[in-house]
Amino acid sequence: MADQHTAKASDGAYWAANLRIILISLVIWAVVSFGFGILLRPLLSGIAVGGADLGFWFAQQGSILVFLALIFNYAWRMNKLDREHGVEEE
Amino acid sequence: MDQFTINLLFVGASFALYIGIAIWARAGSTSEFYAAGRGVHPVTNGMATAADWMSAASFISMAGLIAFTGYDNSSYLMGWTGGYVLLALLLAPYLRKFGKFTVSEFIGDRFYSPTARLVAVVCLIVASTTYVIGQMTGVGVAFGRFLEVENTTGLLIGAVIVFAYAVFGGMKGVTYTQVAQYCVLILAYTIPAIFISLQLTGNPIPALGLFGDHAASGEPLLAKLDAIVKELGFSEYTAHHADTLNMVLFTLSLMIGTAGLPHVIMRFFTVPKVADARWSAGWALVFIALLYLTAPAVGAMARLNITEMMWPNGGINGGAVTVQQIENDQRYAWMATWEKTGLLGWEDKNGDGAIQYYNDQNADLQAMAAEKGWTGNELTNFNRDILVLANPEIANLPGWVIGLVAAGGLAAALSTAAGLLLAISSAVSHDLIKGAINPNISEKSELLSARIAMAVAICVATYLGLNPPGFAAQTVALAFGLAAASIFPALMMGIFSTKINNTGAVAGMLAGLIVTLVYIFLHKGWFFVPDTNSFSDADPLLGTVKSTSFGAIGAAINFAVAYLVAGMTKETPEEIKALVESVRIPRGAGTAQDH
Repeated sequence: MADQHTAKASDGAYWAANLRIILISLVIWAVVSFGFGILLRPLLSGIAVGGADLGFWFAQQGSILVFLALIFNYAWRMNKLDREHGVEEE
Repeated sequence: MDQFTINLLFVGASFALYIGIAIWARAGSTSEFYAAGRGVHPVTNGMATAADWMSAASFISMAGLIAFTGYDNSSYLMGWTGGYVLLALLLAPYLRKFGKFTVSEFIGDRFYSPTARLVAVVCLIVASTTYVIGQMTGVGVAFGRFLEVENTTGLLIGAVIVFAYAVFGGMKGVTYTQVAQYCVLILAYTIPAIFISLQLTGNPIPALGLFGDHAASGEPLLAKLDAIVKELGFSEYTAHHADTLNMVLFTLSLMIGTAGLPHVIMRFFTVPKVADARWSAGWALVFIALLYLTAPAVGAMARLNITEMMWPNGGINGGAVTVQQIENDQRYAWMATWEKTGLLGWEDKNGDGAIQYYNDQNADLQAMAAEKGWTGNELTNFNRDILVLANPEIANLPGWVIGLVAAGGLAAALSTAAGLLLAISSAVSHDLIKGAINPNISEKSELLSARIAMAVAICVATYLGLNPPGFAAQTVALAFGLAAASIFPALMMGIFSTKINNTGAVAGMLAGLIVTLVYIFLHKGWFFVPDTNSFSDADPLLGTVKSTSFGAIGAAINFAVAYLVAGMTKETPEEIKALVESVRIPRGAGTAQDH
């Protein structure tokens, strides 16, 4: 039970750190897809990428690559955070 | 050896492989049937999730929808991959920590209410059944082509095979079978794409070829495509024509729906640890991205090939393909084969012996047509769902590639249909019958009721698949809207807020599901029965919001109703708050396995 108590004490900080990583990740997630891919495409139209423009590239390729980076980054950071706060699985 | 025999060999060999694996890994106990004893490695699990996920919609239908619309259908690409970010960050690790078998169990326990669990089951069944209808559309196209029969016959034969296949084993059988299916599916998708990319651009990687130069003309491929479709009166491939609001909502609906579909979420119950659940979502997206990065290249290159085939003498001024060419030239043999399925059609309306393919709604082209004596577009029917399967034939690739694509298309449709049937059957037997009606049911009767539920689901889906509400990917998009509006908000609020109580969750799910379902039925017909709709997606009820895009609004309604109702009713009890706290930290997940 003592172990449970120490885990509980650090929960606030652990959960807040988790929420911060999630929030930053979701901002990037929205910017590359809804932003660069759709809404901000006119702003990026000057940047040519092979017969199309950067917005088209983000809509059809770029956003997917960023999504991958986001998930692996999150998994890596969280697994590290788990250990720092002593809440990883035994 | 003729093409039919080659197809038969490829399809037969791949089926023998899946069935062999299913027998080898047959499910023994109930817990194995649902969640494979939680012994699946993240990479393996990722691959199986990818096979489960990439259905007829992704494999057969999506590139065709992109090919004929261009940039505007990028929503499918971003939506069906972006959802994995939500899944990995907001749901997967916590649901694994919770450690039960099904999504509705989590909802029932977290919202301490059998009613919440029942409502969740209903939401799951509605979304999954709609999804299976889309799969059956794809199954019909694949079997119709492969057996060279009419689409309806293909659908009925396919339904029998899907059912036999899903009944064979539970999740464990399905997990390893799905790894094999993933391999078949991804090879079948990428090999023809590599060939075509080499033919057109000289680049062996289709995703790079898409942004490369068209070898024959030296121009960038996409610029060439823009010019050639514009000449025929169609909208430019890379340009943004669609309504922006609808595009944003559609993309968002697909993303949220991805994170709300039971057959995908269930996958994250089957990894050994919480840390693995995080990695699993990433691995799943790696394997999915291999297809999704290729799909836009497949679409663009196929559109270019088809357009050039219809105008083989240097564009619209060089003269159209002649009927004689279509009937006798080996390069056009695919048109005759696909005509048999009823999904491709042409008609020499003006009797000039040639087939003019152009946009007869475009004013400039109408003027040109009047001058040249054309009386309308003569490529009268080109079902979007045939594009990927016909693609290797259109590009004149060797027979074995065509056989491989047939096997891949069937693998895609089968694996997802099986995963969904499993989700439906576990919802009915585990959550509905064992959880609510008869808790003392024996393991044997539970398995039996699971199989009966599968049979009923496939009959309904086949019946509705005969008159589908759209192309495969469009029907599937409706299922995503339903999942987005009902399940995802409940799961997310259950983890991220202790404020939402039982009544709030139930009211939110019901509001989201009902409003979205009614909006879909108003546009697609009540219970998808044709001609019972009051509106159409061409002129939707709410401004520019199509029925496929409504899921995001449904989800917002769900969140809002849940917060309002929870604020007015009794607070969440302390022990449930403690449960939420425990779900938020990975420690202790191991012990939960014994549930």
